[in-house]
Amino acid sequence: MVDLHIDDEVDITDVVCPATFAKTMIALEELDEGQILSIKMNGGEPLRNIPRSLKSEGHQILKLNENKDGTYDLIVKKVGD
Amino acid sequence: MAFTNEQIERYSRHIILSEVGAKGQKKLFNARVLVIGAGGLGAPAAMYLTAAGIGTIGIADADEVELSNLQRQIIHTTKDVGKAKVLSAKETMEALNPDVRVNTYRIFVNSQNIRELIRDYDFIIDGTDNFPTKFLINDACVLEKKPFSHAGIIRFQGQLMTYVPDKGACYRCVFREVPPKDAVPTCKQAGVIGAVGGVIGSLQAMEAIKYILGTGELLTGSLLTYDALTMNFRKVKLPSNTCHCAVCGSHPTITELINYEQTECNGI
Repeated sequence: MVDLHIDDEVDITDVVCPATFAKTMIALEELDEGQILSIKMNGGEPLRNIPRSLKSEGHQILKLNENKDGTYDLIVKKVGD
Repeated sequence: MAFTNEQIERYSRHIILSEVGAKGQKKLFNARVLVIGAGGLGAPAAMYLTAAGIGTIGIADADEVELSNLQRQIIHTTKDVGKAKVLSAKETMEALNPDVRVNTYRIFVNSQNIRELIRDYDFIIDGTDNFPTKFLINDACVLEKKPFSHAGIIRFQGQLMTYVPDKGACYRCVFREVPPKDAVPTCKQAGVIGAVGGVIGSLQAMEAIKYILGTGELLTGSLLTYDALTMNFRKVKLPSNTCHCAVCGSHPTITELINYEQTECNGI
């Protein structure tokens, strides 16, 4: 499989809910429709809630990679303005 | 501007709202709101505007904090009695949110100073307690084309309306003229439940925030009344009387400001 072209990255491992989602939304606002964001997050609460929240905002989840340090990279395509 | 992690955390409950987002929070940061009167209405309004991250807030009041103010003017504390209200308010606001710049004006607004004062601001909150000043603020805002929130509270009741230039009635369209001095009780003659100021002052802050964000519907062309005893909120549609209004009508007779007689009490 061809690697996805990542337009921007955001690390939300340094904040807690609800700032995790706020930081994600700020990063997404900077992108144009169709661009791709990689979100680095911790397991547990962010992993349970961020993908769900992004889906409810209409964005498209493309992929979830588990890193060796226990964090995850969630790859999301921006849908809408 | 880029947000710091601390700001993202502070405003996260705003930013995650689709109607606000980072863009809306930046609008709030760039906004300038003037609160006239640091009393029963101005205190809660100023505190919510501060908490919301309005970048510049002006606060105008010439009075000092009195013990009898503290039952409703929650921006001041017991140790502030005797202190200038604007100074006491500024201290509370800066402690609540250091992102906010607070400009203090230790003055009562009058026909000579008000137009220049409001010119620097995007939205005005009328938190005063007397009719002459309410008419003065209205006329000044109409002449300077500034949006503002009018409100009043007494006993268990409150009311508010929002004026935006060219979008419905102004305060004078509805109430015409300053009532005779003895026709209305001042706050020294009439009691008020402090929380009524909290309800109505918070609604004024809400109107300012919506105006800045450009979201939702404002109380333009409508008067909202609140009766705490019956728990009735009534939204009364105002007749669009603007063509006959002495200040905002098509043939205005008020084209500059005059000083109305100031009543004695400025406590609310």
